Amino acid sequence: MAATRFASRTTLPDRMADFAAHLRDNGFALGVADLGLALAALATIATSDADQIRAALKAVLARNAEDHARFDAVFAAFWHNAGAAPRGAAKAGTHPRQRSQLAQDQHGTGTGRADQPDQGTGGAVDHTGTGRLTGARTANLMRVDLRDCVSPQDMAAALETATRLARAIRDRRSRRQRMAHQGTPLDMRRIIRKSLGTGGEPLHLSWRKRPDRPVRLVALCDVSGSMTVYARVFLAFLKGLMAADLHTDAYLFHTRLVRITDALRDPDALRAVNRLSLLAQGFGGGTRIGANLATFNAQYAKRLVSGRSVVMILSDGFDTDPPQVLAAELARLKQRGCRIIWLNPLKGWAGYAPIAAGMAAALPHLDLFAAAHTLESLAALEPAFAQL
Amino acid sequence: MDWREVQAGLGAQGYVAGDDLAMAVHLALMLERPLLLEGAAGVGKTQVAQSLAAMRGTRLIRLQCYEGLDASHAIYEWNYQRQLLAIRAAGDGPDVEDRLFSERYLLARPLLEAIRQPVAPVLLIDEVDRADEEFEAYLLEILSEYQITIPELGTITAVTKPIVILTANGTRDLSDALRRRCIYSFVDFPDRATELAILAAHQPGIGAVLAGQIVAFVQGLRREDLQKVPGVAETLDFAAALAGLGINDLTIEPVALQAGLVTLLKTQGDRAAITTEVAQRLAGKAA
Repeated sequence: MAATRFASRTTLPDRMADFAAHLRDNGFALGVADLGLALAALATIATSDADQIRAALKAVLARNAEDHARFDAVFAAFWHNAGAAPRGAAKAGTHPRQRSQLAQDQHGTGTGRADQPDQGTGGAVDHTGTGRLTGARTANLMRVDLRDCVSPQDMAAALETATRLARAIRDRRSRRQRMAHQGTPLDMRRIIRKSLGTGGEPLHLSWRKRPDRPVRLVALCDVSGSMTVYARVFLAFLKGLMAADLHTDAYLFHTRLVRITDALRDPDALRAVNRLSLLAQGFGGGTRIGANLATFNAQYAKRLVSGRSVVMILSDGFDTDPPQVLAAELARLKQRGCRIIWLNPLKGWAGYAPIAAGMAAALPHLDLFAAAHTLESLAALEPAFAQL
Repeated sequence: MDWREVQAGLGAQGYVAGDDLAMAVHLALMLERPLLLEGAAGVGKTQVAQSLAAMRGTRLIRLQCYEGLDASHAIYEWNYQRQLLAIRAAGDGPDVEDRLFSERYLLARPLLEAIRQPVAPVLLIDEVDRADEEFEAYLLEILSEYQITIPELGTITAVTKPIVILTANGTRDLSDALRRRCIYSFVDFPDRATELAILAAHQPGIGAVLAGQIVAFVQGLRREDLQKVPGVAETLDFAAALAGLGINDLTIEPVALQAGLVTLLKTQGDRAAITTEVAQRLAGKAA
C-alpha cells in the first residue's frame, strides 16, 4: 500500500469527514449521523489494518447492493494514494466475484469511474495539500448536454400531458382484497370495542379490507440516433410521469441501459438535468433494444415489475440486435404478469406499418401499441390507459 | 469481542462467513444496530441469523414477512375469543373493561415477543421487502425506539435489545430510512474455496475429489443462463443426493448426474436448458 501524504489535515475525524464527502461525490447517500456511526465502528476494531477498516466502513456506509459492490474501489481511490493500489493485485480481501460484479454494476451507474471522482462537484474534498485525490476530468466530450435538448415550452406541455396520463393509469387501481377466498375478514378489534357499548353483545360488525394500491409504472425511453428528435419531449414526459407519484421508474437506453429514476426525482431541477447529461453518455448512438431489455430483466425487473406494473417502452423499434432477442426478452418480462405498452413515434406517420424486424417481433407481446409522435397523440392515449 | 471471534463462532456453527460479512455482524453486535442482509435467494442470509442465535445460545424469533402483513400479525393482537368469554362471564361486573385489556388477553406476535425477552434474542425479520411499505414504517419505529405502544395498555419498552437481522432479496426497493438505520452487507454466492468449506462442514462424509467436482459443477452451472440460479442449500441437497446414490465420480455416471439435477434446477425452462450434453460438459470441466 502506498503511503498517502496529507499536508494539512491529519486527525482521523477530519480525514473521515473528507472521506464521507468523497463518498457523497461518488453518489453515496450519507447523512451527518453516518460519520459518527463510521467513527464508532472504527472504535470497535483494531484500526491498524487497512482491510479491516475497509470492511468496517463498508458495513456501515454502503447501504445497497450497488454501493456495496463499488465501495472497495471508492475506498481505494481515497485512502490509497491517487488510487495507486492496483485493483487486480492489491486487496487480498477483495473477492474476485465482487470485482466482476463491480464491473457489471458500473455500467449501470451514472457517476463514471467510481475511483475517479467527477471534478465538477468535488469542492468539499481536500484539494489543498499534497494528498490530492484522483481528479481525472472524465471525458466531457462524450457527454451531450440535455439542457440543450429541452426547451421550456415543450417541457411544460409534456409535463402536463404526462401528469394527466400517469393519473389515468394510477386511478385504475387493483381491487385485490386480502384472503378473498374466505370472504371479507371481520375486524375483531373494532367489534369488541363496539360491543362494550352494547353490554358485550357484538351487534355492530366491522370488516377489514385491503386498501387500493396504485399501479406501478416503469418507463423505458429510447434515446438512440433515430429517436433524437423525439427524445427531448420524451424526457420531459418522463419527468412529468415521475412527478405524478412515487412508484414510477424511468430508464434511458441506447447501447446501454441507464436508470434515471433518481436523477429525475432530484428536487433541484438544474441538478436533475446535470445528472441526466452525465447519464446520457452515448446519447444519440445506435440502439440495442433486445440487449437492454435483457439487462432490465436481469437487474431490475425482479424487484420493480410485478403483476401491478405497467411497462412503457418509448421507441421506434429499430433494433441492431436480432429480433428474436427482443421477442424473447419481452416474453420473459411478460411472465412477470405486467402489462406492456409500446409508444412508437413512427406509428403516427401516414402509411406506417410495423415492418422493422424488431417491432414486428415485439407486437405479439404488447398490450397496447400506440402512436407517440406529437404531444396531442400522447394526450389522446388517456382513455386507452384508463382501460388497461 | 473481536470480529475474528465472530467469524470463528459462526464457523463453529457450520456457517462459513466471509470477512465483509463477519465484520458487518460484529459491528451490528457492537453498535447495537439492525443488520440488513441482501442477496440472491439461496445464498444463506437466513442461515446467518440461525447460526448467530446458536452461537450466542439465545432464542431465534422469526418474523416471516409477506404482502399484507400488518401490525396484528407482527406486533400484537388481542385474544378476542377470550375477551368475549370474559365479557359473558363477568355479566354486569363493574371493571370488565380494565380487565379485558390486560396482559392476560394479549397475544404477543414476534416483534413484541422479541423485546420482552429477558435474554436478548436474535430477531430475524425475513424477506422484509415482501411486506408493504407501510409496514416498514412500523418497523422503523420499533427498530429505533425498541418500544411498542399499545393504546389500551401503554408503552412496552424493551427489557433487552434484540439482535435484529433483516433479510431482503430484492422483491422491491427498501426505503432509504430503513437502510439508514441498518448495518448493511450484500451476501453473494460463495466462491469456490468458501463453498468447499461449507460443503465440508455440512457433509463431512463426502470425499475430497467428489466435493471438488460438486462445487466446480455447481459454480459452472451458476454461470449458465438460468432463470433460477442454484443456491448454497441446493449445493448441499445435490451433494446429499449424490451421496445417497452412492456416486464417487461425477463424470462416469451421466444418468445419475442427470437425476441429481432435480435438486439444483427448479424450473422447467432450466431443466430444458441443461441437457445431458451440457451437464456432461460442465462435469467434464469440473473433473
